[in-house]
Amino acid sequence: MLTTEEKNEIDHAISLVPVRKAAGIDALKIVQEHRRWISDESLRDIAAYMDMSPEELDSVATFYNLIFRKPVGRHIILLCDSISCWVMGYENILQDLSTKLGIKYGETTTDGRYTLLPNCCLGTCDCAPALMIDDDLYRNLTTDQLDYILAKYD
Amino acid sequence: MEKPLTQHIRADRQPLTLKEYEMAGGYQSLRKVIKAMTPKAVIDLVKESNLRGRGGAGFNTGLKWSFVPADSTTPKYLIANADEMEPGTFKDRILLECTPHQLIEGMILASYAIGANISYIYLRWAYKTAAHALTKALEEAKAAGYLGQNILGSGFNLEMHLHTGAGRYMCGEETALLNSLEGKRATPRAKPPFPQISGLFGRPTIVNNVETLCCLPHILMNGPDWFKDLSRTSDAGTKIYGVSGRVKKPGAWELPMGITMRELIEEYAGGMQDGLRFRGALPGGASTDFLVEEHLDVKLDYTSVAAAGSRLGTGTLVILDDKTCPVGFVKNLEHFFAQESCGYCTPCREGLPWVEKILESIDLGKGRMEDLQLLAFHTKYLGPGNTFCAFAPGAMEPLQSALKYFREDFEKHIHEKVCPYERETLSVLR
Ligand SMILES: Cc1cc2nc3c(=O)[nH]c(=O)nc-3n(C[C@H](O)[C@H](O)[C@H](O)COP(=O)(O)O)c2cc1C
Ligand code: SF4
Ligand code: FES
Repeated sequence: MLTTEEKNEIDHAISLVPVRKAAGIDALKIVQEHRRWISDESLRDIAAYMDMSPEELDSVATFYNLIFRKPVGRHIILLCDSISCWVMGYENILQDLSTKLGIKYGETTTDGRYTLLPNCCLGTCDCAPALMIDDDLYRNLTTDQLDYILAKYD
Repeated sequence: MEKPLTQHIRADRQPLTLKEYEMAGGYQSLRKVIKAMTPKAVIDLVKESNLRGRGGAGFNTGLKWSFVPADSTTPKYLIANADEMEPGTFKDRILLECTPHQLIEGMILASYAIGANISYIYLRWAYKTAAHALTKALEEAKAAGYLGQNILGSGFNLEMHLHTGAGRYMCGEETALLNSLEGKRATPRAKPPFPQISGLFGRPTIVNNVETLCCLPHILMNGPDWFKDLSRTSDAGTKIYGVSGRVKKPGAWELPMGITMRELIEEYAGGMQDGLRFRGALPGGASTDFLVEEHLDVKLDYTSVAAAGSRLGTGTLVILDDKTCPVGFVKNLEHFFAQESCGYCTPCREGLPWVEKILESIDLGKGRMEDLQLLAFHTKYLGPGNTFCAFAPGAMEPLQSALKYFREDFEKHIHEKVCPYERETLSVLR
């Protein structure tokens, strides 16, 4: 069941486009904002609300990197793995993060705090390496900053 | 040196408010144009200015607009492509975060020229700061009467909406962007029909890059000759160039179109870091051919870079130094392309993961000489004309030029059965 709040936000997105379905991605993002990820049940509810089949909406949901069809942690770490960050040694950051958190790409820490994902170029290549945690961007990263950064989220 | 696009950016990089933008001459161009010029005159002037699209392809902007049917009464759309996801590219971010009103003014002017009454900014998900800046600027512009009904008493109406993506490189390709805005998978469309005739929801649509749109207020205020004079070459205007990689001062600068790669790297980026030598650069993001030492004096404009065998692309250089492995470099690029392929056509969907695997085995010292032929085969097989869109040919550009310029590195990996570069090999948990 979609909540009234979710429905209101989706209705607003629908009001901005001439065809209901065109707001499908927005609807997924809105629900994900509230529930962190899109379960099969959420997907079916959104699809019904958008006059789409669940299959059609799932084909869209699975296409986009930032729609999560599996449970994720309370905070998402997106580590840039593209070229400028590679040249500047992002792999060291990855190794340290992985060790500190005890997870690989695609996994969530056992306390449900962090999910670690690779992401392509974050558009801040002059300050590589870079990562995002939720809405926050961190640049010019060195491994000795990681403890400080990770401690900010709970 | 004139820097029309960036001169008013604040030192703290906070977005210019409407007040600040107006104090700096903002929206004067719109006032002038909307009173005194017909849409056709705007198109002609922009065509004459020789503004070429800054999204990578360098197509003449006014010419592109002129394909929109002028007499049709169907709704038309103008879209700002703010998806910036080309690896190594960080130029539109600056304009979006620091001068959102400049983009909005450019979009109003472009919409007026083509007769669009609805416009969208397609912003990539990761640009959170830009999203805040744009949301606020859109509210300000609406409240001041620059957007909405009967703009400045001209009878022209325009709605403008911010749309944020859900993360996929292909959304930057203009026809895939249209599908994405329609709520579909971001796979490209067959052309023709071109978006100018049948674009968003089947209506005439223009998609322009952020930097292209930001040039418009200045061109229309100061005229085509002024714009051409900003440049050192026949490609008009200034360009936001960038440099990343192991140089002393990576960054981005607005400079006259046509400065040389040497000037950009040595004078602006401070030269290579101590102990490192320049080996090559991708001049305009991941999907451009390498330029090497012999090209250092090439002028960075569309025409000259093309003559040197590459593309200006986004104009943001990624530098390869002599202590970084060219094979590993290209492997990183092809990993990106293999991941981001939209999967619609077979050569790209199947070919890119194969290319990545071959590069990986060479990088790990498990390559064979035949692998080089296989890679060369792919550069043709995924090249122009063999795939549904320009993504796969773009993916092959750095590979084909690496095989040409860094061949001895590939061969050394194969003969010595190990990567000759002293990069820590990490036991990364993948
Ligand atoms: C795979 C691919 C990705 C692209 N990504 C972008 C992008 O992120 N931003 C952009 O402005 N243009 C991008 N382009 C170019 C657009 O298709 C289009 O040419 C451009 O937005 C037109 O604007 P312009 O004429 O102002 O340059 C991309 C093209 C391809 C083939
Ligand atoms: S070339 Fe690649 S990105 Fe383009 S349509 Fe084919 S599969 Fe999709
Ligand atoms: S390559 Fe990492 S931010 Fe661009």
